[in-house]
Amino acid sequence: MQISVAWLRSYINPAISTEELVEQLTMAGLEIGSVEPAAAQFSGVVVGEVVAMQQHPDADRLRVCQVAVGAAEPLQIVCGASNVRVGLKIPAALCGAVLPGDFKIKKSKLRGEESFGMLCSEKELGLAADAHGLMELADDAPVGVDIRDYLSLDDVIIEVDLTPNRADCLCVEGLAREVAVLNKMDWSTTQVNNAPISHQDVLTVSVADTAACPRYLGRLINGVNAKAVTPLWMQERLRRSGLRSLGPLVDVTNYVLIELGQPLHVFDAQKLSGGITVRRAKADESLTLLNNQVIQLDTEALVIADDQQALALAGIMGGSNTAVNDETQLVFLECAFFAPEAIAGKARRFGLHTDSSHRFERGVDATLQTRAIERATQLIIDIAGGSVGPITEVTTDATLPQRPAVFLRRLRIEKTLGIVLADEQILDIFQRLGMTAQTQADGWHIVPPGFRFDIVIEADLIEEIARVYGYNNLPSSSLLMRSELSRATEAVLDIDRVKDLLVDRGYQEAITYSFVDEEIQKAIAPEMEVIRLKNPISSELAVMRTTLWCGLLKAALYNTNRQQNRVRLFETGLRFFKKDGETQQQKMLAGLVLGGAYSEQWGLQARKVDFFDIKADLQALFVLTGCEVQFLSAQQSALHPGQAAEILSSDGDSIGWLGMLHPTLEKQLGFDTPVFLFEMDQNLVLNKRIPVFKSLSKYPSVRRDLALIVKEDVAVQAIISCIKGSAETALQDVIVFDIYRGKGVDEGSKSVALSLIMQDDTQTLTDSEIDAIVGRLLTLLTEQMNAKLRD
Amino acid sequence: MSATLEEILAQALQELATVNDLNQLDKVRVHYLGKKGLFTLQMKELGGLDPEQRRSVGQIINQAKDQFQQQLEACKERLETVALATRLAGERIDVTLPGRGQSVAGLHPVTTTLRRISKIFASVGFKVVDGPEIEDDYHNFEALNIPAHHPARAMHDTFYFDAHTVLRTHTSPVQIRVMESEQPPLKVIAPGRVYRCDSDITHTPMFHQVEGFLVDTDVSFADLKGVVYEFLRAFFEKDIQVRFRPSYFPFTEPSAEVDIECVMCNGEGCRVCSQTGWLEVMGCGMIHPEVFKAVNIDSERYSGFAFGMGVERLAMLRYGINDLRLFFENDLKFLEQFN
Repeated sequence: MQISVAWLRSYINPAISTEELVEQLTMAGLEIGSVEPAAAQFSGVVVGEVVAMQQHPDADRLRVCQVAVGAAEPLQIVCGASNVRVGLKIPAALCGAVLPGDFKIKKSKLRGEESFGMLCSEKELGLAADAHGLMELADDAPVGVDIRDYLSLDDVIIEVDLTPNRADCLCVEGLAREVAVLNKMDWSTTQVNNAPISHQDVLTVSVADTAACPRYLGRLINGVNAKAVTPLWMQERLRRSGLRSLGPLVDVTNYVLIELGQPLHVFDAQKLSGGITVRRAKADESLTLLNNQVIQLDTEALVIADDQQALALAGIMGGSNTAVNDETQLVFLECAFFAPEAIAGKARRFGLHTDSSHRFERGVDATLQTRAIERATQLIIDIAGGSVGPITEVTTDATLPQRPAVFLRRLRIEKTLGIVLADEQILDIFQRLGMTAQTQADGWHIVPPGFRFDIVIEADLIEEIARVYGYNNLPSSSLLMRSELSRATEAVLDIDRVKDLLVDRGYQEAITYSFVDEEIQKAIAPEMEVIRLKNPISSELAVMRTTLWCGLLKAALYNTNRQQNRVRLFETGLRFFKKDGETQQQKMLAGLVLGGAYSEQWGLQARKVDFFDIKADLQALFVLTGCEVQFLSAQQSALHPGQAAEILSSDGDSIGWLGMLHPTLEKQLGFDTPVFLFEMDQNLVLNKRIPVFKSLSKYPSVRRDLALIVKEDVAVQAIISCIKGSAETALQDVIVFDIYRGKGVDEGSKSVALSLIMQDDTQTLTDSEIDAIVGRLLTLLTEQMNAKLRD
Repeated sequence: MSATLEEILAQALQELATVNDLNQLDKVRVHYLGKKGLFTLQMKELGGLDPEQRRSVGQIINQAKDQFQQQLEACKERLETVALATRLAGERIDVTLPGRGQSVAGLHPVTTTLRRISKIFASVGFKVVDGPEIEDDYHNFEALNIPAHHPARAMHDTFYFDAHTVLRTHTSPVQIRVMESEQPPLKVIAPGRVYRCDSDITHTPMFHQVEGFLVDTDVSFADLKGVVYEFLRAFFEKDIQVRFRPSYFPFTEPSAEVDIECVMCNGEGCRVCSQTGWLEVMGCGMIHPEVFKAVNIDSERYSGFAFGMGVERLAMLRYGINDLRLFFENDLKFLEQFN
């Protein structure tokens, strides 16, 4: 909400600068978002009156005016505005005046006629973005007075960013109350006199939904002049609140909204048929709003209706059919209290957010309506005339918001805030905040006023004390409290260690969005059931990722499109998918590598990264956990069928995948080089084996090398597993040191060169024992792998 | 005697003088001192002499041999020095050439920032906990005292899956999840991704928050102020000015926004702080009794505070990053600046 500081100061004027006032409000929880001057800088402009006017002899559009500016003689000023006329009071910029934009006014000649100044529009004074003709001042404007003084333009507009609990400050009076509390000053609200009743015409009012509308007031005012001009002081105050003048009837309701915080509505009563009903809409009803939006109502919507149809969306916006215009003579003025629960969320359903809905949603003082309708009546008849009818009021006491007393314990203040305050100080704070306090032995019963919807429990009262006392004046203490020793879980590796390892092996950490493009997702993981956002920000961020690869591939492309030919990325985070109808959120670790195995350098032969480079990185990771894993050839739709491995734990659980992006996808996504990917379940990766000590053998270890001929399709892992699975207790390790194909090895076969490391705990192995072990292993390999010893 | 001992010695010394490398030197050594070396033969010939002569001649031969050997050693040392110098000169490399092998990369600045935050809190016994990102309406809103249609929901532009399932809009639901399953005293921080349906220059639809809370008997607002002060000073490694402003969150009462003196201009006023000299860095407050009620913790016996901060914002201030969107573009040129 924006308001004029001068308006605020007309209620309460502490001897502090605007800067201090802004600081004071901000530190009391009423954050001031911006402070702007009410008008652009200009000088030398006074109230002028056109006392005589002649057609310019040489220009059809120009008039030569004699303008009284408070000097002995009127000034001759040439003017081209269409609304210039004798008797009109206007802002006159004198010679030497400087208008916004550093525009200097000098004596000049226009088509031969001398001109000693310029008559101004609102636009020329920086008061409006555009204007039609001269700015018309009130007839009683004092000629010769500086326009800045006359319009109080040396004012400041503050924007108050209020939290939803402080609806009571969505008006000038509310802010004035806060300023009074903070400065310990007395103040009074605007004096409102009841308008004399001059006719007895009424509209019947019935409220069908009394829970939604506990109080409804209305009255007829007839004979209004809707063409009357809203006084400049009111127009200026509204302008400074960001509201355009829309004729006196609407201006008055807007004015009272800003002044007291009560939304009102004026209907053109001649367009109504029968009485007023406040009810839920019918299922098939529709309504054209003031902004010409046509909305389809349902039984959730609360409307103001006449005997025939819905007229307005209660507490949100009026309808265009019954809106007032220049011709309006008979108005029905509405002033109601709608329950916050009845309005909350309703405006948003229709894509609306209005000054009225903003206030009703948060809570309007339910005791304010009589005062507000009288205030608006008074202003309407002052400006537009008219005769006033009696108020029709329908109030359901039972549904009005209750303000039960809240008990505040003296000790609780100290316990929560860590300070002890004198009773008088506490009572003074509450009294100034408009609350009544009844003292008890150990505290107070506090009754909050009607405008405070946010005081419900003891803690709310304590916050009020803290707020007025000043958060910064409250003590601060050093943390002293019970501590437990933290646990050092050894069976789970810290993910930070894994990240550090990957970083040390040249992987850059990425963080990509959890929602991705459905097309990429479908291409990469067509088999997964996706979880779709109902209100995505764009189609590129519409479904939850079922794999971290979506984001990493996009990030890699972003970089390859920017001349990066070597990318190594990893990411940790959740993937999301449905399994048996249940949402699954699984912590993953994924990576992507493309380009050179090493960054370009002088001492290493340049080569592209391959499967085994990445596998080494993952194996290094499993060294950290001490867990044996297997990489087995398997099929994954996103990966190259011949270069894909499923990673299995020793229990046979699938930890994840490693492989080359399928060449079809590589091309489809726009890569021009092979891309390697891995993704693993974090929980399984981080399973750590707690070491168990094994005594060291005192006897020497021996090594025997074997070259085995096997069929091409026999996986080396299978050979190793076969050897390790044997019952040979002396066997310590198996090392693969060469794979050979070619001369001496049949087509379709390969030679696998292995080293067997053997050592016994109790003796030095003899040659014959070693030969026996190797012999038994060879027999096993022949039986299970169809392996032959190479000649 | 064919050649005299003097002649042999003279010849030997002369040969030594012409030797240029260790191989040659060895040949000379063998020629004179080997099994069949000239000095050795001389010694062998001693056998034919009578004992008296044997001693005196032997002494003379030994003297000559010693003289030769001394020269031989000196020569060897000289040649080894030369050889070493030659080798060292030959093995000279350009040490300014870059090293070989795999390069080292780095962590994302958000992770680095999260780690620093976690480390600071862990040092006083806060436990790090995480929670689901697809969250139910109850944990994200209801249990945090934000019922349906509460105006505070308008402050959270929520991503929905259905009427009851959302992407968490803050890390506060972790507070509920922890308090549902554990009893006070509690000291927890919950870092993680959060989501808001908003995207422009200063908003990304995903960002990171750290939620922290502490529940115990006799926790007061003064404790909250103390923790927040100390944390901010530890994080920025500077004795910065901190101020607390009243604010509103449905799940805390009293609630506060925390501002720090602008770290870009030291509070002078600049573009980053909109000329105010202050930067809003976190929200906090005393845990609302309704929140305790939702998790069956007795708010008469226990009290607590909670705070929440935006990680990207802290990272931006710490490292001077001027565009939030850079965090999620994953441009290597950006990421590598934090290696």
